[in-house]
Amino acid sequence: MQLWLWAVLLVVLIAGYVAATSNRLDRLHARLDATRAALDAQLLRRAAVTLEIAASALLDPATSVLLASAAHEARASSGDDADREVVESTLTFALRAAFADPDEAQTLAAEPTGLALLGELEAATTKVLLARRFFNDAVTATLAIRRHRLVRWLRLAGRVAAPTFFEMDDATPAHLSVAQVDPNAEALEVAPDVD
Amino acid sequence: MKVGLVCPYTWDVPGGVQAHIHDLAIALIALGHDVSVITPADDEASLPPYVVSTGRAVPVPYNGAVARMAFGPLSARRVRRWLRDGDFDVVHVHEPTTPSLSLLASWSYDGPLVATFHTSVQRARTLAAAYPILQTALEKISARIAVSVAARRTLVEHLGGDAVLIPNGVSMASFADVEPFPGWPGDGGALGFLGRFDEDRKGLPVLLGAFEKLAAGRPRLRLLIAGPGDQDEVRRSLPPELVDRVEMLGLVSDVDKGRMLRSVDIYVAPNIGGESFGIVLLEAMAVGTPVLASDLDAFSAVLDGGRSGRLFATGDSDDLAANAVELLDNPEARAALVPLGKATARSYDWSTVARAIVRVYETVAPGAAMRPGSSRRR
Repeated sequence: MQLWLWAVLLVVLIAGYVAATSNRLDRLHARLDATRAALDAQLLRRAAVTLEIAASALLDPATSVLLASAAHEARASSGDDADREVVESTLTFALRAAFADPDEAQTLAAEPTGLALLGELEAATTKVLLARRFFNDAVTATLAIRRHRLVRWLRLAGRVAAPTFFEMDDATPAHLSVAQVDPNAEALEVAPDVD
Repeated sequence: MKVGLVCPYTWDVPGGVQAHIHDLAIALIALGHDVSVITPADDEASLPPYVVSTGRAVPVPYNGAVARMAFGPLSARRVRRWLRDGDFDVVHVHEPTTPSLSLLASWSYDGPLVATFHTSVQRARTLAAAYPILQTALEKISARIAVSVAARRTLVEHLGGDAVLIPNGVSMASFADVEPFPGWPGDGGALGFLGRFDEDRKGLPVLLGAFEKLAAGRPRLRLLIAGPGDQDEVRRSLPPELVDRVEMLGLVSDVDKGRMLRSVDIYVAPNIGGESFGIVLLEAMAVGTPVLASDLDAFSAVLDGGRSGRLFATGDSDDLAANAVELLDNPEARAALVPLGKATARSYDWSTVARAIVRVYETVAPGAAMRPGSSRRR
């Protein structure tokens, strides 16, 4: 019978599979956009808080200049700049250098405005770490499905460029939590990258 | 923030995941968030006001154990209605790989989705069979949390991707007023050990070695062991005269765990490696029992470098015995450790852990507001 019936059935099945796959890809691209936006927001926020600390005149001028210039560079390189990973890592490095000495955090914590800023900085650095982890996770998932033969042959990804991982140094400064501004810094232990 | 928590297992049956969700919900509410929990439950009358039931769950074997879970079109419909009515800022599912409400919620929800993975033993075969089906739901999760290093490793190996590590909290309230078992710790002194004692890395032989040395000079010193493992094997490894002085409880409930920790003068953690966090140390400190632990990095971090508990050289029975003697003979030294231990445990309280989880919500939720299509679906 009905060779044509089988053919129709096959076509319907393939069409359904293609539709489902394209739907998944769509959703992953949306997740990618959302996590990218979150990462961008957290990076900007970290730069803004750092600038505010530098401008607060609560730290010594040398440290303030170091932080201000690194934060300014980071803020200027928003979006898709190729050197953003480097610039953001530099800010991380500057923050780590500035707060390597536990006394620095204590100096800030002595003033009420400084205490609030320190809490914000601690939150911002942790959230950069979280947001980057979630973004790279979305990249992994998207790349996995884009490698499927079906997706490549039918060009289901369309003109959306293949995502790339955001690699930067985001190790939090050692002594931000010493001032006990925010005790959750200790509970939130983030294990090193495995990828 | 409006948070929807999804529990895959029956609320009425005690379990680690249920306890985690209960404690998290309470802590989030205390922080001022608006929380709703959806879960299977037998007895709807006794549920707290923030819990919504999908009805009775069915016992089914999955992943090597029988758990009571909820699935099928009725459950799926109830989850969809809860998601629609809740209008949540973020939905937080637990154990999304189990065939229950969490998977259904991940399937139906299109907003910011956070998932916590608890299990560290996932059968590879179970997952391989389920993976293509799970994938669609798992791909929607924008932030993944693992409660332990082991859980995170399971996730990375079997599902790919990564997770941030946020350990379980210690519920100070539930450890506040526990009573020791009748007759314990007794006036001859008592040491305690908790964990799977057939695993070498838990280090029970190190403790038994020290106990033999200590028992020789202290005729009434006893040892209390709780946890699963082959009890006869432990008895055989002991000198015959000591067998009666080692009490083994087997696997204990959460309530008895607190009582067991309270029943000893010193809680000993002789682990020789591989320990991720040391939550039991915190629980012992929460009930007010001094801790003596091997000087692994993780333990040293929890014990504040030896300030809120004592450390001995890892794997060294003699050093363990020497430290235990100092504590056993010196009630003041033990008493001095109690308030320090309680303060340390408090810093790992659920309110602290909940704040770390809220940060994950905040990282995921604002980005999701810019999501194309999210307004259309609301």
